[in-house]
Amino acid sequence: MTTPKLAVEHVWKSFGDRDVLCDISLQVANHDVVCLIGSSGSGKSTLLRAINLLEPIDDGAIRLDGTNISEYGLDENQIRRRIGMVFQAFNLFPHLSVRKNVTLGPRRALGQSASEATARADDLLGRFGLTSHRDAFPDQLSGGQQQRVAIVRALAMDPELILLDEVTSALDPELVGEVLAVIRELKSSGMTMILATHEMGFAREIADKVCFLDGGRILEEGPPAQLFDQPQNERTQAFLGHVIEAQRP
Amino acid sequence: MAERAQRRRSALIAGASTVVVFGVVIVLIVSAPGWDKVQQAFFSPQDFRASFPDIARKFKLNVRMFLIAEVFILVFALLLALAKSSRSALLFPLRITATVYIDVFRGIPAILVIFILGFGMPGLQIDGLPIDPVFWGIVALVLSYSAYVAEVFRSGIDSVHESQRSAARSLGLTSAQTMRHVLLPQGVRRVIPPLLNDFIALQKETALVSVIGPIEAARQAGIYTARSFNYTSYLAAAAIFVAITIPQTRLADWLIARQRRRTGTRGNA
Repeated sequence: MTTPKLAVEHVWKSFGDRDVLCDISLQVANHDVVCLIGSSGSGKSTLLRAINLLEPIDDGAIRLDGTNISEYGLDENQIRRRIGMVFQAFNLFPHLSVRKNVTLGPRRALGQSASEATARADDLLGRFGLTSHRDAFPDQLSGGQQQRVAIVRALAMDPELILLDEVTSALDPELVGEVLAVIRELKSSGMTMILATHEMGFAREIADKVCFLDGGRILEEGPPAQLFDQPQNERTQAFLGHVIEAQRP
Repeated sequence: MAERAQRRRSALIAGASTVVVFGVVIVLIVSAPGWDKVQQAFFSPQDFRASFPDIARKFKLNVRMFLIAEVFILVFALLLALAKSSRSALLFPLRITATVYIDVFRGIPAILVIFILGFGMPGLQIDGLPIDPVFWGIVALVLSYSAYVAEVFRSGIDSVHESQRSAARSLGLTSAQTMRHVLLPQGVRRVIPPLLNDFIALQKETALVSVIGPIEAARQAGIYTARSFNYTSYLAAAAIFVAITIPQTRLADWLIARQRRRTGTRGNA
């Protein structure tokens, strides 16, 4: 068996006396898309933040290409450069233009020259239809445009893995589509991704594997057809029942 | 229509109440038994004209002191703020030093720092150490005001949302790079109005330096008074200070209003 791109092994994390991640184990193969579903507070975001080393874990291991990256004393910055992250609230830098938002990481963290980083940024912005906005500031863009810029910002680092944390949850319904289209394109280009999402239809369409989280545990995982159509766990059934009810047009 | 009538009514009331209030105050002052003497001692046009040129000349020293002080305050205060905001365990000594420094210097009246440095440092008689009281006056103002301005900078840095730090760190930026390229530029922009207010206060406080000898505008006014037994010169000095601080106050107000408008209409995480 080949080494998975990312392996989460028996990870525990608590905030005070509240366990937010309980014995989480998860494997992500290269080029696979894994969707994390579950209600708010189930631990999806914390898991993504832990993988990106933004949240230290209490126990367990996180391996990237087989190497334990959660070990104390490693150069976290070196590892974060290999893992892209896109946030629910975009988190663009409001004082920088779109183009500078995209080039900041490559220039400062990867040490690229200004011309190199700019050429790459312009290329990516063009690919996602953002060329005309490259000199705009984030607050001059729609939410959908901002989130696409945030995805481009992560891509500009040439990451081996991208984490997407409910990237459409802060968007008006009519803007969700353009962001999902970008993620689709990433999938077809072979990007390895982990998405925390509330978009069940999209998860079913794009995921190679879906994990249902509840109370900090992965209660059930499997291919989307299996998990959505024949959920085994009672709580998965209840959750999907509620969500499908709510998302029915 | 109703709104316009309301606005006209408000303007009328504001105008009338202003006239009445100031009218009463003026009448009270002018009808006071000692008014004639006070008018001569404080509001004498001849003395104003006679004292103004010398005071204006000496005011150049105030300007020189606050311009030099402001440059060093910006640099020193920023270093203090960065030291106090540092998170690394390695920098703990720096953090504690900055914290103690800020606590102490915010607690000591500036005039005492001026006395201590102005009389104490030249008294040490160390070769090469300046003995110019203007130099030590400026140093005292820098030490004193940097403590305030450091806290202003720090509140600006702290006001930048945690998600900005997450975004920068997720790109692999180091904490120093995150500070330099993401937190600091946003934080500083937000505190420019309060910073301006501190500088306005500083500009007036340059008058304190005269307690260790240098003759600046306020001291020059005192000298005129001592010669002429007329206090109008103080009014002349006050007029000069007001002439340079009022425009800055208005600018600070305008910047604050603009900022409020911006953050009000287009919020940003």
